[in-house]
Amino acid sequence: MRYMMLVYSTVGPDGLSAEEAERIRSGHWKLMEEARRKGVLQGAEPLAPITTATTVRSQNGKAVVTDGPFAETKEHLAGYYIMECKNLDEAIEWAAKIPTACHGMEGCIEIRPLPGLSVRSEADARAGQAAALNG
Amino acid sequence: MQEAFASALASWPVHGIPGNPAAWITTTAQRKLIDAARREQTRREKQDSLRYETETAWSTLEAEFEEATMHFPDDRLRLIFTCCHPALNGEAQVVLTLRTLGGLSTPEIARAFLLPEATLAQRLVRAKRKIQEARIPYEVPAPAHLPERLVAVQAVLYLIFNEGYTASSGTELVRTDLCAEAIRLARVLCELLPQDTENIGLLALMLLQDSRRNARVVDAELATLEEQDRSLWDQAAITEGVALVEKALRLGSAGPYQIQAAIAALHAQAGTPGETDWRQIAVLYERLLEMNPSPVIALNHAVAVAMSEGIEQGLSEIDDLGRSGALDHYYLFHAARADLLRRLDRIGEAAAAYERAAGLATNRVEVNFLIRQLERLRKN
Repeated sequence: MRYMMLVYSTVGPDGLSAEEAERIRSGHWKLMEEARRKGVLQGAEPLAPITTATTVRSQNGKAVVTDGPFAETKEHLAGYYIMECKNLDEAIEWAAKIPTACHGMEGCIEIRPLPGLSVRSEADARAGQAAALNG
Repeated sequence: MQEAFASALASWPVHGIPGNPAAWITTTAQRKLIDAARREQTRREKQDSLRYETETAWSTLEAEFEEATMHFPDDRLRLIFTCCHPALNGEAQVVLTLRTLGGLSTPEIARAFLLPEATLAQRLVRAKRKIQEARIPYEVPAPAHLPERLVAVQAVLYLIFNEGYTASSGTELVRTDLCAEAIRLARVLCELLPQDTENIGLLALMLLQDSRRNARVVDAELATLEEQDRSLWDQAAITEGVALVEKALRLGSAGPYQIQAAIAALHAQAGTPGETDWRQIAVLYERLLEMNPSPVIALNHAVAVAMSEGIEQGLSEIDDLGRSGALDHYYLFHAARADLLRRLDRIGEAAAAYERAAGLATNRVEVNFLIRQLERLRKN
């Protein structure tokens, strides 16, 4: 089953030294390589910093656009991984390896199962996903 | 140290005053053997149903079972590690374990935790759904993760034990089974990880508490540790418990279960209340406090000080504890005060404290006990 690992961080890339940013970036790269090699990586991307966020809400049937994330939180979404794992314990093993970026503090990873699209079979869904990734 | 306090204080999780009150003791004295059989049947069914749900949902797991590097003869271990998985919240862990391994019905569990049955049923449903939807595996953890996963299991087992222990009044055969079940599972844990001293400590603690089961109830009421007929204590269980405590302490690292077991061993080895080594018990509570600075443990320590160094000293320690006001709504604080005041012949103050305690206690047996103490005071 596919799991999404949502990477939460308290510090945006702007708040990191070049050294730290590089350390984290190469950490992610190594992990992605390992996951790809083992055939479990389905996707992984960083999100642009929280300063670039825009929120769209519906108010009285109209779309209302505001600057910033949907809520002011201490931790914000910094990126995601999607991995094919046989069960939650395997997903946890991978999640524990994901570098998270905070000054001396670790961020956290939220693991959510991806139940798959209802209309297509899982195989179709994954094929579609792979096609999108390879674009 | 009075039995009611001993049992309640021992039953609180080591991490402090719990959100949920102590187990509810049923007052019905009669439970037939057929009831016990029904529960056994229910337990088997639930165990099977959980297994069915987890196994049939993921056929790939079948293959895993074959290639498992560790083979556990006891299927219940797989179940309990699944039920106690950290991805489930604490309440779910307890409820799931009690339901599938403890053989308790949903209404019984609900009563034990003073929750509406519907709430409890919902918890069970959500827990099972989490297992399925997140694919929590039905297996014993890999060796690398076993120690940390074990801590959760120990906590759940101890909670189950206390459900049975505090419920064992009169002819509650089923509840005795619960203690036996908890002890049995604790033994399996010891076999699984013989070097884990907390496993040994937990088993020892359970055996030593359980050794008093035949002396705890007199005329359908709880007898205090002081009042109990010690000739009714199970000496075989005590012998085994004490040996386990010694074994654990010899292995070096001392944990909370081991310390509590050592305290229980000191009580168990005293032929009469007067022979109790309260000084040693006070020292042990100090060690326990270092690991876990909880008000409950501090209270226990104060009582041990009272019994070993002098009532006045113990009382002043309790009053120091009470200064912050944090224990004001905690019935055991007032009950402990009341007991010491009684021993000092400060009857008026003792009565007031018993009243306060009785007003705050939520467990019916304990309330009755406190009321009895009050009545005794008034008679004299």
